[in-house]
Amino acid sequence: MKIAIPKEVRPGECRVATTPDVAGKLQSLGYEVTIEAGAGLAAKFRDDEYTAAGVTISNDTKALWADADIIMKVRAPMEHPDLGIHETDLLKEGQTLISFLWPAQNADLLETLAAKNVNALAMDMVPRISRAQKMDALSSMANIAGYRAIVEAAQHFGRFFTGQITAAGKIDPAKVLVIGAGVAGLSAIGSAKSMGAVVRAFDTRPEVKEQVESMDAEFLMLDFKEDGSGSGGYAKVMSKEFIEAEMALFAEQAQEVDIIITTALIPGKPAPELITEDMVKSMKEGSVIVDLAAEQGGNCKLTEANNVVVKHGVTIIGYTDLPSRLASQSSQLYATNLRHLLTDMTPEKNGELTIDFEDEVVRGATAVKAGEITFPPPAPKLSAAPAKPKETPQAPEAKEPEEEKSSASPLWFGLGALALIGLGIGAPASFMAHFTVFVLACFVGYMVIWNVTPSLHTPLMSVTNAISSIIIIGALIQISTPDPWVMWLSGIAVLITSVNIFGGFAVTQRMLAMFRK
Amino acid sequence: MTQGLINVAYIGATILFILALGGLSKQETSQRGNYYGITGMAIALLATIVGLVTANYALLIGALVIGGAVGVLLAKKVEMTQMPELVAILHSLVGMAAVLVGYANFLEHGTTLTGAEKTIHDVETYLGILIGAMTFSGSVIAYLKLSAKIGGKPLLLPARHWLNLGLLLIAIWQGYEFVVASANGGGLEPLIIMTVIALLFGIHMVMAIGGADMPVVVSMLNSYSGWAAAATGFMLSNDLLIVVGALVGSSGAILSYIMCRAMNRKFLNVIAGGFGTTSTSSASSGPAGSAEDIQSVDAEEVSNLLLGAKKVMIIPGYGMAVAQAQHTVFQITKTLREKGVDVRFGIHPVAGRMPGHMNVLLAEAKVPYDIVFEMDEINDDFPDVDVSVVIGANDIVNPAAQEVPDSPIAGMPVLEPWNGKKTIVLKRGMSTGYAGVDNPLFYKDNTRMLFGDANDSLSAVFQQVSA
Repeated sequence: MKIAIPKEVRPGECRVATTPDVAGKLQSLGYEVTIEAGAGLAAKFRDDEYTAAGVTISNDTKALWADADIIMKVRAPMEHPDLGIHETDLLKEGQTLISFLWPAQNADLLETLAAKNVNALAMDMVPRISRAQKMDALSSMANIAGYRAIVEAAQHFGRFFTGQITAAGKIDPAKVLVIGAGVAGLSAIGSAKSMGAVVRAFDTRPEVKEQVESMDAEFLMLDFKEDGSGSGGYAKVMSKEFIEAEMALFAEQAQEVDIIITTALIPGKPAPELITEDMVKSMKEGSVIVDLAAEQGGNCKLTEANNVVVKHGVTIIGYTDLPSRLASQSSQLYATNLRHLLTDMTPEKNGELTIDFEDEVVRGATAVKAGEITFPPPAPKLSAAPAKPKETPQAPEAKEPEEEKSSASPLWFGLGALALIGLGIGAPASFMAHFTVFVLACFVGYMVIWNVTPSLHTPLMSVTNAISSIIIIGALIQISTPDPWVMWLSGIAVLITSVNIFGGFAVTQRMLAMFRK
Repeated sequence: MTQGLINVAYIGATILFILALGGLSKQETSQRGNYYGITGMAIALLATIVGLVTANYALLIGALVIGGAVGVLLAKKVEMTQMPELVAILHSLVGMAAVLVGYANFLEHGTTLTGAEKTIHDVETYLGILIGAMTFSGSVIAYLKLSAKIGGKPLLLPARHWLNLGLLLIAIWQGYEFVVASANGGGLEPLIIMTVIALLFGIHMVMAIGGADMPVVVSMLNSYSGWAAAATGFMLSNDLLIVVGALVGSSGAILSYIMCRAMNRKFLNVIAGGFGTTSTSSASSGPAGSAEDIQSVDAEEVSNLLLGAKKVMIIPGYGMAVAQAQHTVFQITKTLREKGVDVRFGIHPVAGRMPGHMNVLLAEAKVPYDIVFEMDEINDDFPDVDVSVVIGANDIVNPAAQEVPDSPIAGMPVLEPWNGKKTIVLKRGMSTGYAGVDNPLFYKDNTRMLFGDANDSLSAVFQQVSA
């Protein structure tokens, strides 16, 4: 099958759906890859690099679309500025389109695609399950956005991030507040932290506390119990009381921090407004807010999407194309996500794409199949929270043997005592003397052996083996007999026990000499 | 030499033997402990030879020299991976010696005991030979199993418990016959019948036990060889033999107990043989995850993970011994430590085929013992570990032991690498471990599988790491 990579037509979009590197790997799955001339240029991939990887370059946009079986894009189809027609008009029956589609927000687009009788897979709908992590383009992009957010903030911020003591005086570290510790938030935390800032983070989902703390950032706690975890690892809408407490916390933090990164999103809803105009006013002159939710309306009241504005002395960055601003990196990750998806959808590696609805990942991503709208997919029932009930079955398990032991031990004590009494009545004195020695020796052995360190158990066995050959004494006592049978039996016993004595001690010595610090 | 002096020598030897075992409590004192043991043995031998032997010196010296030479040669030649085999075969010698000494004592008719004392003496002889014969044949089978001369699979005869019971009853009955016949000057016949039965019993007992239960069997045979010596001591009215036998016997018993606890099994259950024959078949049939969740990696990625880590935990299992990979493991460890990575080892008590097997292998490869830790010491540290490397181990790192209540290994204490950030599992294929239970660890999303022979894989990793 033929894969076509058209040039992105949205103004300012620098990403491309495949890189020379990934294109080579797609060919090993059995696909032919064609790319529109100059498609990778904005992401710093030249046409000759693609050619070197075995990719065909096409100058004719219409022919490119028409010849392909699979179209891979970054952005959803839109009006083509040069051709003057909508990109969906370039599609024909039976083709498969893979790109970001945002089917929940773009119902009209889905209708159009369905009418064209094509298949459409939305990269933004890949379910968030462990197996699909390698295809999760949203996470890849969010990671980049989080990093870029800190870079943008640093550019507009008039001071160092890290604290220093210099000859010219002391510099305080910048304080960064990250709201929403999802993939983007965590990436921002990591980036800010590695630049030396003091980082705090807030999230409505308590399970991310550990992740935040693992990155050395401080997790801000609300004195309020409500779990904000929705399904699929996303957050949900919180109660009114919770939001009030949350806003009070932000108001307090706003006066203190220098930089705020907001990443709060709830799937299918406008972004919650978390930073009010009053909070912006209360911030220090020169502070920076980076609003990663600008596309969905912004977490900050004053955010203007796609723009940088200065309000009340605070720079508010509302870029919605942060991944595109790091085009090489994001193209590379996006292309790899696409490749993983295609690898799963090409089980035979023969260049034939199969849309298998048994596969949870493919089912989730497919928005249109053969002209039929298959969105929304059945909801995946997985939360990112660790499953808790695993601990419980263990407790009764551990108890059982103890109970058994305690009920059994009086019985054994009783039997032991009876046996000893029986022995005392029946046995002659000479035997009892030896028996005393035997029992005491057992206890000495018991006490001594428990002190042996487990790492020396093998030497313990070989040395006890050597000394148990003390049985040689028995043979020695009898060897001087005139009876030839007894003499030879004893002789053989001496022979084999001396193998044991010398062998046992020698091998123990060899082993012990090996243990070193 | 008077009897008094001999007794004093024996007391000295006894004390030295106890000190020898005490010395093993720490690595620092362990070599001194071994010297105590050697000294004790030398004193006991000298005192006996000088004080009690009156004739047949040629035979005595000849046997000592030949035996000693063979022993030293064996000790020098043996590979550390073969230690379990060596220990097993040495146990068989103790068992055989007990049988020989028992027969010699019976044939000599030197004692002039009567009544109850005579009966007790006969019972002691009988028991000494019984335990000795069992130890002998059991150890031989254990040796054959450990050296893979016969298969490790448990041999499960039909109605084997009834068979064992039958053998036991015959042994008791023959014991009675023997005591009666011995009082009249005979008794050789029941003694021989019993010896044959004991030999059969030893064979059958060990045949029914599978490969991974070998640590228990080896320590159990260790214990038996001690009891055989103690029984011989009773027979000869020799306190030195009784004390040493009791020391060794309890040592082996404690080791068996530790091993059983580490597998969460009951001693009788292991001895009765056939791991979980009732429940395994149903519980183990299904795999613990789908094959798609398995993420395999190559040596290069493993080395990148290792070099990028701050704390690395290596968990060796029997597979490392089979592949002889301990030297490669040490080279990787050394290189990583030079590059500032904190590498430690986590040892499960039943890893390998005998107690402490892994420790000896690592010591042989010059791994310093202060970075080798026992399961209980390090299990809580896993959350801080960046990369755990599991080498040829399966059941001892199986989360099913904690998570699946009806699993055959449920409740067995296991190492918990899944609490760390990444786990790399080196394995030849996706086969299950000894217990026949699939391992959910392999399907976890922070687990990576490196398939292939452990030594080949590790050599490739070492090249990448040191490059």
